[in-house]
Amino acid sequence: MRGLQHARYVLTENPVTLGAFVLLLAFVLLAALGPSLAPYDPLATNAARTLQAPSRAHWFGTDQVGRDLLSRVMVATRLDFAISLAAVALSFALGSLAGTCAGFFGGWTERLVSRVVDTIMAFPLFVLAMAIVAALGNTIANVVYATAIINFPFYARMARAETNVRREAGYVEAARLAGNGPARVLAFHIFPNCLPPMMVQLSLNMGWAILNAAGLSFIGLGVRPPIPEWGIMVADGAAFMVSGEWWVALFPGLALMLAVFCFNLVGDALRDIIDPRRRT
Amino acid sequence: MIPLLEVDDLSVEFRTRDGIVRALDGVSLTVNRGETVGVVGESGSGKSVTALAILGILHPAARVTSGRAVFGGLDLLTAGEHTLREYRGRELSMIFQNPRTALNPIRPVGRQIEDVLRRHANLGGAQVRPRALELLAQVQIADPARAYHSYPFELSGGMCQRVMIALAVACSPALLIADEPTTGLDVTTQAAILELVEALARRSRMAMILITHDLALAGERCDRIVVMHAGHVVETAPTAELFAAPRHPYTARLIASTPRPGAALADLRPIPGSVPDLRGTLPPCRYHQRCERAIAACDEPPLPRLTVGPAHTVACRVPL
Repeated sequence: MRGLQHARYVLTENPVTLGAFVLLLAFVLLAALGPSLAPYDPLATNAARTLQAPSRAHWFGTDQVGRDLLSRVMVATRLDFAISLAAVALSFALGSLAGTCAGFFGGWTERLVSRVVDTIMAFPLFVLAMAIVAALGNTIANVVYATAIINFPFYARMARAETNVRREAGYVEAARLAGNGPARVLAFHIFPNCLPPMMVQLSLNMGWAILNAAGLSFIGLGVRPPIPEWGIMVADGAAFMVSGEWWVALFPGLALMLAVFCFNLVGDALRDIIDPRRRT
Repeated sequence: MIPLLEVDDLSVEFRTRDGIVRALDGVSLTVNRGETVGVVGESGSGKSVTALAILGILHPAARVTSGRAVFGGLDLLTAGEHTLREYRGRELSMIFQNPRTALNPIRPVGRQIEDVLRRHANLGGAQVRPRALELLAQVQIADPARAYHSYPFELSGGMCQRVMIALAVACSPALLIADEPTTGLDVTTQAAILELVEALARRSRMAMILITHDLALAGERCDRIVVMHAGHVVETAPTAELFAAPRHPYTARLIASTPRPGAALADLRPIPGSVPDLRGTLPPCRYHQRCERAIAACDEPPLPRLTVGPAHTVACRVPL
């Protein structure tokens, strides 16, 4: 109840935050309802209406086989969000678990986690993701795994550092003195205190994960045509930029940019909402 | 009478990069049921380390090299972690130096009290909250219902310390260790906090170890006082006797350097030097270098521990 009040306060106090959340809500609605809102079938081709500029009938224009771009951009939202959400959730869960354990227990746990993280970070991350998808097979699930793996180091490192500074905090000592075992101390006293900074990372990574998924499909990995997905659509449209049909690449690219922008703004707002110390 | 807690010959070492620090050497003290024992000494004399060793939460670099700490028939130093977890919070609890950092910053304080109750008090789900509010009222927080929902940063230092006390006495422990409970609080709050702790202790016959560097404060509140210097217990005596007739030169200097009403600043005599470096080999008497009564024999082991009266011991070759 108090949490909701505070969330409302944060939202109304800062118009940028409010804007970000409205945008996020729009994207979420689009992801949920996209297919039923779309004016045309995103897969239906129409040879008579290829590469038409934006008009009243086709707000975003049509592509080289006459598919309505507005419908395709709308329908693609669900897939792009699903990929990045799954990837970020996976890497957040694994990364924070590994990171907090490393920070809390130290010793060989810490060495193991740190070396795994260092190994992943030693690769150019996008190339690593390409290699993982290429090796595991060209499917959407593998794009999720690849994105999760390249995001893992950020969560693990952050969770380790945040845990480390709190390991010897007074309230952790007090919790141990109250008869809590290490697992309870970690789960109820240290981890919740690490969450505010982690949330910012989470939201920033959502945007990055969307870019990454789109990037992989841009170069032909993961999602395959004719499935509507922003990355593929930008790749398709890129060929037509030079001949003046700018709209084919522009609109999916714009959607991508807005989504990333929105997640970055939401990150700051989330920290304000989650950290009770900002409730003043 | 069997004492509630009997610490005997406790030694603790810290392994550091610069060598082994002998933080405690042969510390012995007893606490009887319902008694308040003061542990007094300069910074670095080993007061807090003693408390942490008794509770078994020493830093990983620390090692207990000898001694026993028998509490209700159980040696806390050799007991397993699981047994200790049952004792901590229920039988033994502690009030920390800095209440602000000792409370979880992102959990309402009422919930933190409930956590302890759920862990130890065998209360049903519906009874936990009234009990937490009752505890907040017991530590004289003006509006318990409101404080219940507050986060530590929303409360003043004195309020936080009251919450810490509520947490510490939640399960009516047999022994409460208060480690400088009033540092950082203003004088009126200090008095109020200490009176509160005393009242709670009296009501439930709770024994208390009051760790402080303030000898005057210990003199007002404690039944007996243990004076520590550089990891040694130098003198143990009933409070009145300690002030009237200190036997260890360090205790005497400590009393002489304590401000009292009517004494001008010039009347206070500081103790020369500082607590010695506890690394490497140390003389048997660690006060030797600072002592004006030192004689050649002070350099020879062992350090004598003399009983000079009922419940009065002193570790000195040439006591006053």
